[in-house]
Amino acid sequence: MYIKTESGKWEVVIGLEIHAQIISESKLFSSASTKFGAGPNENVSYVDAALPGVLPVINSFCVDQAIRTGLGLNAEINKVSFFDRKNYFYADLPQGYQITQYFHPIISGGYIDIERGNGETHRVNIHHIHIEQDAGKSIHDQSPTKSFIDLNRSGIALMEIVTEPDMRSAEDAALFLQKLRSILRYLKTCDGNMDEGSMRADVNISVHRPDTPYGTRAEVKNVNSIKFMATAVNYEIERQIEILENGGEVDQETRLFDSVKGVTRTMRSKEDAQDYRYFPEPDLPPLILKQSRIDELRKTIPELPDAKSKRFQQEYALPKYDAELISSEMETADYYERALAAAKTSDNTVAKLLSNWLLGELFALLNKSGKSISESDISAENFAELIMLMKDNVISGKIAKEVLELMWNEKKKASVIVEEKGLKQITSTDEIKKSLQAVLDEHQDKVAEYKNGKEKLFGFFIGQAMKRTGGKANPKMLNEILRELLNS
Amino acid sequence: MYHLSLCEIRDNLLKKRFSSVELTKCFLERIEKYKNLNAYITVCADQALQSAQKSDEKIANNTVGDLEGIPLGIKDIFVTKGIRTTCGSKMLANFVPPYESTITQKLSDAGAVFLGKTNMDEFAMGSTNSTSYFGEVINPWKIKERLVPGGSSGGSAAAVAGHLCAAATGSDTGGSIRQPAAFTGVVGLKPTYGRCSRYGMIAMASSLDQGGVFAKTVKDAAVFLKAMAGYDEKDSTSANISVPDFESFAGKSVKGMKIGIPKEFLVDGIQQDIVDAWKKGAQILKDAGAEIVDVSLPLSKYSLPAYYIIQPAEASANLARYDGVRYGFRAEGKTLNEMYENTRDQGFGNEVKRRILIGTYVLSAGYFDAYYMKALKVRKLIHHEFNDVFQKVDALLAPTTPSSAFSLDNEPKDPVTMYLNDVLTVTANIVGVPGMSVPVCLDKDQKPLGLQLLAPHFMEEKLIQIGSVLEAGANFPSLKEID
Repeated sequence: MYIKTESGKWEVVIGLEIHAQIISESKLFSSASTKFGAGPNENVSYVDAALPGVLPVINSFCVDQAIRTGLGLNAEINKVSFFDRKNYFYADLPQGYQITQYFHPIISGGYIDIERGNGETHRVNIHHIHIEQDAGKSIHDQSPTKSFIDLNRSGIALMEIVTEPDMRSAEDAALFLQKLRSILRYLKTCDGNMDEGSMRADVNISVHRPDTPYGTRAEVKNVNSIKFMATAVNYEIERQIEILENGGEVDQETRLFDSVKGVTRTMRSKEDAQDYRYFPEPDLPPLILKQSRIDELRKTIPELPDAKSKRFQQEYALPKYDAELISSEMETADYYERALAAAKTSDNTVAKLLSNWLLGELFALLNKSGKSISESDISAENFAELIMLMKDNVISGKIAKEVLELMWNEKKKASVIVEEKGLKQITSTDEIKKSLQAVLDEHQDKVAEYKNGKEKLFGFFIGQAMKRTGGKANPKMLNEILRELLNS
Repeated sequence: MYHLSLCEIRDNLLKKRFSSVELTKCFLERIEKYKNLNAYITVCADQALQSAQKSDEKIANNTVGDLEGIPLGIKDIFVTKGIRTTCGSKMLANFVPPYESTITQKLSDAGAVFLGKTNMDEFAMGSTNSTSYFGEVINPWKIKERLVPGGSSGGSAAAVAGHLCAAATGSDTGGSIRQPAAFTGVVGLKPTYGRCSRYGMIAMASSLDQGGVFAKTVKDAAVFLKAMAGYDEKDSTSANISVPDFESFAGKSVKGMKIGIPKEFLVDGIQQDIVDAWKKGAQILKDAGAEIVDVSLPLSKYSLPAYYIIQPAEASANLARYDGVRYGFRAEGKTLNEMYENTRDQGFGNEVKRRILIGTYVLSAGYFDAYYMKALKVRKLIHHEFNDVFQKVDALLAPTTPSSAFSLDNEPKDPVTMYLNDVLTVTANIVGVPGMSVPVCLDKDQKPLGLQLLAPHFMEEKLIQIGSVLEAGANFPSLKEID
């Protein structure tokens, strides 16, 4: 994967550091709530505010969450890990240090396989994952002379997921982040809400000539959407190539992404880099994990998106595209499988029909209402009933669309709506024949034209007959009988 | 009644020979009378009398705690809810905590009466109690000579020695209980690291700090320690180990016990009286049936250098929170950095600044491995060496300090000489073992001398057992009246 310019080929090298907020009711070292949207400084304990004399106590649920994340990412769980202090002064860092894991993190290794647009599978390795506490928030735009501090975030548990420099394009990075987000959401260890800040990425980017050592990297801090990340990466690639092609050198520096202008800007240079004076946290003993704890947690790991997608392709003969789309969110996959179970059939045409209608019609309704699938007004069971009514020719596809909307709006089952509104398909040969005969009688001129070779009129007759039956005639029978009548 | 030991007070209160209120008033009057000692930073007379009143009711109802009605001094390093807690610093001169430390909570649950918060070196950094923002404490043994009480728990030591309380809490990071106990002729016990919760004890060096007791007798120390020791889920470094009935070990025979005499504690420049006292102490134990064994701890001489790397390193991070943002002293500044600089420049004294600088330096990129990591390795080695020696002996006997107390006017001016004061005490903190200083005699200038006993981890009962025998044999002439 090279970028070709007039001067030759360039290779892009990208590594990510992802800060993922651990899903947990309380903070990493205190019992304060983590609820999003509380008033300023409402979720702050004495520990979070770093009062004199307070001590951190590890929240073992957060540790479990990190272990589960490691297991979900094929990583090694370190049975002994340690906490360290990262020292720096900032107004929203009450302790004057962040408790993190610098020397011996809880998780090492792991990987995610991404599938590139050209169908090629590419493995992105994870260097390690450590747990650490978040800082508070400084608010500078409320007053011309004052800054405000909100410590609600202070002490919230984060996982920092650090990849190897294994990505080669903005696409790779975006695919990785999407997949990671999907896996974390499956594991319920991070909600992946980038706009609420519960997942954010620092992106390390460099370019170099193929078969030469890696170039100097720039780090773009706190990118908070997958789209922004791709923009930031592409901007950096262009910027760095331009510097190098003009004979310059890329500075090792930290840059900020301006999402409005789509550019990155110098935040601080290497010379200004802080010395964090990491040292072992004396207030916390080593984090020692028993194998039995890891084994128990392993049992809680659900089937993850890749495995699920594969199974959907094998068991239900779903096309890869459908299988991947459905399995990218666990709630969607669960909905799909619940519907399939309710359909009580091993007929794979039903599996495909369900997939089509889920990804098409139902998703359209969900999008329109801004609801997630778990908030859907149509249950998986009722959705399956609708599909089966269609499959069994009780209603046509066209009617099914109407019924689906009615189900959404009126919160009724498909069978009830079909019954109440008399939407059942007409499958009586006599009745269909009668309607068709009436159409042909009414349009004898057109019948003559048809017989003289204007075969396009077949569709016209069908349309007229449908109109007469209120759209309820079985289309297949309608076709057959019309052909019979015209040929007789 | 102020002369009485904690145990004697306990008996008298229970027998209703006097009330807690009477006793509390007596101590409050003495505190006021001997204000010149400057032993207390904050006296909480009203709260003390209220809680004494409550104790008297409990005594009347026979529902007493282990320390019911006993008036204590509390080192101002322990956070007390609603009572100003300064840690001897301008930085916290007006800090009134919204919560209670585990140790003071336990003492209060046991029925103790808090007379006030005792003076101390700023953030427990000092060996003479002269770094306190609230002024020096004077050793009640020689007021005119302006004798130092030692530090950092100088206020607690002076208060116990001068009978301004029945007993007092202290904290010991490198000797801050044992050294002032030796200087003032009282018993000072630093428990095993992890024996008492550090929650709410303002952190200086987290891996070394341990709360403990000052008392008039070894038995008092046993009763006092029992009331404050124990596992605390709020302190992850506290040990989940049961607390024995320390008091029952007081007076128990030491027959057949092996007491080690570590030759490395005979440091250069040690006062001759102290060497004599050490011999006298060993003889007392020998006469009581213990076996005296010469032992060697060759690595212990590296304790002091390791200590003066680890302690400032941890302190430099622990004190980062005093930034003027959320509580405590704040000096204004045009920018955030300027506010930090002004606050920390004006809020901290020189010794604190010195240690923050040392700590910051030893943790800096390029120096970390050479200093901090090496100190940790040394610490581990010394730890192994102690474990080995404790395979052979029950406890160690050594001097607490290389000299007796000196006058404030003769206080060493250069910090290194000052730090050498801790040479005999820091090892216990580096290793985490319990240590107790017991007063044994006076030197030729009539100043108290103490010997310290060191025992294996979580074996404070051995300190009590051996210490009480040493105490009985030494028959130390406690200070009767303040001149």
